[in-house]
Amino acid sequence: MSEYLRIDVEHTLGELTLRVDCALSAPWTVLFGPSGAGKTSLLRVLGGLTRPHRGRVVLHGRTLADSSNGTWVSPAQREIGFVTQRPTLFPNLNVTANVSFGLRGLSGRASEERVVQMLELFQASQLARRMPADLSGGERQRVALARALAPQPRLLLLDESFTALDAGLKSLILEELTDWLSKHKVPALYVSHDVAEAFQTAGDVVVIEKGQIKAQGPPETVLASQREQLLRQLDSSRTAAK
Amino acid sequence: MDQQAIFLTFRLAAFTTLILLAVSIPLGYWLAFGQARWKPLVEAAVALPLVLPPTVLGFYLLVLLGPQTAVGRALSTIFGHPLAFSFAGLLVGSVIFSLPFAVQPITSGFRSVDREILEAAQVLSDDRIRILRKVLLPLVRPFLLTAAVLAFTHTVGEFGVVLMIGGGIPGVTKTLSISIYDQVQDFAYRQANSTALLLLSLSFLALLIIYGRRGRAGV
Repeated sequence: MSEYLRIDVEHTLGELTLRVDCALSAPWTVLFGPSGAGKTSLLRVLGGLTRPHRGRVVLHGRTLADSSNGTWVSPAQREIGFVTQRPTLFPNLNVTANVSFGLRGLSGRASEERVVQMLELFQASQLARRMPADLSGGERQRVALARALAPQPRLLLLDESFTALDAGLKSLILEELTDWLSKHKVPALYVSHDVAEAFQTAGDVVVIEKGQIKAQGPPETVLASQREQLLRQLDSSRTAAK
Repeated sequence: MDQQAIFLTFRLAAFTTLILLAVSIPLGYWLAFGQARWKPLVEAAVALPLVLPPTVLGFYLLVLLGPQTAVGRALSTIFGHPLAFSFAGLLVGSVIFSLPFAVQPITSGFRSVDREILEAAQVLSDDRIRILRKVLLPLVRPFLLTAAVLAFTHTVGEFGVVLMIGGGIPGVTKTLSISIYDQVQDFAYRQANSTALLLLSLSFLALLIIYGRRGRAGV
């Protein structure tokens, strides 16, 4: 895949100053770094939920934000799917209505078909009539994924979106998701602070720390250049897990 | 009991509540999510009737609606008669006087909505009306009910503003609270008691509805 995303932004949020200048081209990129490194802030800038103080974001050749000339594309017009760590389904709408919420310009029948297809993809067909309050954490996250992909976005942002899933389901969903993304040529940027997961799944890894990119490239290259620091982080996450 | 006053009071309260809901939903949305620097100015203006003596508000409304001001003349042209001492004038006064009782619960409702839910909707749709209708309004329904009940009962119980703007003309501007005042002036305590009992029961019922709903909705 050729370069699809160009980011050159600067944004200060409290004590963190995000300074990111990079281009992404791998279909599945893992954005990796410790808590508070600026991963979620960067995703919010890309998704249009945070307006950066300075800089430019270009997706598939289309400028989404440019502070030099005031260009600003609203979140819904960016054609970006966004799934946060905590699934935020609309509590008053059932699963079908949640998944169809972002569908525009489709006939009723086409919209229904898309919802069915998305729920099947995430093993959630049996949940179609259920309300969010009646779903488990894992079920909610699957519905949130289906809702994000239903409008067929041109980029998928995943902010630690699989933490609520058990290991078996997580690997199954990941496999289905990556297949679908590759079939539809939709790249994904996946935030993780889990070293093992980041380096097992990534096409490319971007390591971010204190708001700045420390390394970027294929997992083995990044692993070699950041070995000491990553081992320290692995140790600290193991200690935290204990 | 003064049947005319009952009918007039409930008609005034119903119209005031409908107008207030229509005004307070967009205003409450803006107060909750807007980022204008002069927002505190609007918030203070909306809350003013809470602290202002009703007679002060009534006096300025009387002046504003009178033929000496451009607003008064314009409204007279629209309605075909001066608004002071008319039902339409009473309605304008009631809407202004009860504004904070409708706006504040609705603003609190919008502020209580999980920010991430709102952002999830904004990522999926640009249509603000659709987000409001499909996501936000159902989530703030208990707050809408509170706003409606408070606006209605507050209008029913109005005295100072109504007296200043309306003057208590039977069948036109004489509401239940003015009726009680007149009955007491005439030493007709029995009639005053039955009217007061009606207002007391209505107020208690309104509060019961609000607290009952809050209990169920966990608000």
